[in-house]
Amino acid sequence: MSAEPALLAPVSALAAPDRGRLAKLARNPSILVGGTVLLAMLLIGIFAPFLGTIDPAAINPSTRNKVPGFERTIRADDGTSTTFKHRMGTDSLGRDVYSRTLYGARVSLLIGVSVAAVSIAVGLLLGMIAGYVRPLDGIIMRFMDGLMAIPAILLAIAVVSLFRAGLGAVIVAIIVPEIPRVVRVVRSIVLSVREEPYVEAAIMAGTRVPTLMVRHILPNTVAPLIVQGTFICASAILVEAILSFLGIGIPPEVPTWGNIMAEGRNLFRIYPHNILYPGIFLCVAVLAVNMLGDGLRDTLDPKMGAR
Amino acid sequence: MAAYILRRLLATIPVLLIVAVLVFLMLRLTPGDPAAVIAGDNASTEQIDLIRSRLGLDQPILVQFGIWAGHLLGGNFGESFFFKKTVAELILGRIEPTLSLAFVTMVIAVSVAVPLGVLAAYKQGTWIDRMVMGFSVFGFSVPIFVVGYALIYVFAITLGWVPVQGYQSISAGFGGFLQRLILPAVSLSVIYIALIARMTRASVTEVLGEDYVRTARAKGQVERIILFRHALKNAAVPIVTVIGLGIALLLGGVVVTESVFAIPGLGRLTVDAVLARDYPTIQAVILLFSVIYVAINLGIDLAYSLFDPRIRY
Repeated sequence: MSAEPALLAPVSALAAPDRGRLAKLARNPSILVGGTVLLAMLLIGIFAPFLGTIDPAAINPSTRNKVPGFERTIRADDGTSTTFKHRMGTDSLGRDVYSRTLYGARVSLLIGVSVAAVSIAVGLLLGMIAGYVRPLDGIIMRFMDGLMAIPAILLAIAVVSLFRAGLGAVIVAIIVPEIPRVVRVVRSIVLSVREEPYVEAAIMAGTRVPTLMVRHILPNTVAPLIVQGTFICASAILVEAILSFLGIGIPPEVPTWGNIMAEGRNLFRIYPHNILYPGIFLCVAVLAVNMLGDGLRDTLDPKMGAR
Repeated sequence: MAAYILRRLLATIPVLLIVAVLVFLMLRLTPGDPAAVIAGDNASTEQIDLIRSRLGLDQPILVQFGIWAGHLLGGNFGESFFFKKTVAELILGRIEPTLSLAFVTMVIAVSVAVPLGVLAAYKQGTWIDRMVMGFSVFGFSVPIFVVGYALIYVFAITLGWVPVQGYQSISAGFGGFLQRLILPAVSLSVIYIALIARMTRASVTEVLGEDYVRTARAKGQVERIILFRHALKNAAVPIVTVIGLGIALLLGGVVVTESVFAIPGLGRLTVDAVLARDYPTIQAVILLFSVIYVAINLGIDLAYSLFDPRIRY
């Protein structure tokens, strides 16, 4: 980026600030690749019913543990028969791994996005309070330090153990360890921004606190939080897969990548496909989100540095 | 200096206290009677009453916390009604595999990641740098169990070089110990390598721009010595910090790795305890891991002030 003539930059920035920034985003290869792959995953999740899948929860005792490529003949009542090809084989209950893997994209992306959104919202609120309301700073931050002293996966496991297994419990369990990280980022931004002349000017002009927070302080947190949110999304997808894989996440009948792999664990030596295919999807999805995050960080927030 | 060390020691007390409160509240947040929860599903009414009076659960909550914390300080982590043992016994019996796994992982991670990071910084912008950074993004994105199963498939099932799963104590022979531990340690080290290599590259890159590096080059110093003596030494503080912070990843990863490789350690114990709703055990493991994490990072902080003359408080 340093190759750009420095003198021209402010002029073009003045002319079309938003278009310039968008163009810069679109030029970044990480964003391009990550975004495209992620979009593809999203489309796979949304259109899973139309991509040659069958009911991902349908159990079929006659097609248990079939290798990828196995063809099943389905006879209809009127005597005609169709063949269905299990592209990725079947699991030990005869469920189609291809269908389960494609439907699994839904749960993973849903969890990634909702965890990112909620932890950012909660973290933003707590961080703004900690950064602006001095008496509460110590209390909130000590509490966050305590949460951060517990390794994230263990904290998630602890939260999960409190509830009955389910989507909601898993989402809450992944959110709790992420919140302190958001609070820290927001608090540090608020602390530095509140010393800025324009904020002091706004205070002098009698701007009320809510307006001050929303109009003058909040905009500074947007870029770092977009970046942070992307990384939270990636780690949420991973933690969900880990919890489900350990058998303490989402109920096993729900098709998620972690659940498919958990199901395939016992027969892994003979039928590795149950772990291979969802594993590939999981890696590609998380890699795409992380690439997107890296690209966004480099373009939006070059000061943030290594994670 | 002494004042700083004292202040730093005192600062960990509130953190550990909050962790203890959170872990304590864990049981109180579960719906229902904590005594019944601790006793498990098959307990009789008498057993539940016994637990209630023994743990002081009929007392006010602050008193309860006092009793509980007092027990902890005395090394009494309670009893596991599922495993029919005291939690302290359970943990002692499971700690060796976990410590071995964590230690071997750490050795692998540091000895691979630091040279990789230095190399990437030195060859910045070249394909070597891009490979290292690419690996780093990859390392953050592959779950431990996927790496673990891939390694098992290649090295244990296809090539047959190492056993598929299991653990052998170091006292039963170092060869067998290492043979069973190498795959889990490599799987667990991937994310840790990614983290350390990234920080090493960033930190060394910054130092390579310093005047004294230029001076060393000007006087004709060998590149290897410039990199590993002049640069790495001065870049060490952030690298060691991230190694300490990464212990959180390591301790969390232990849970997954031990499940994949059937290692009877604390991680496996945690998962079994969650499946059995064995809360005293879950509480104890979480407390233990948090204390280890906080203690190591405290040690690292204090080490800076002793070894790095630039850091003055």
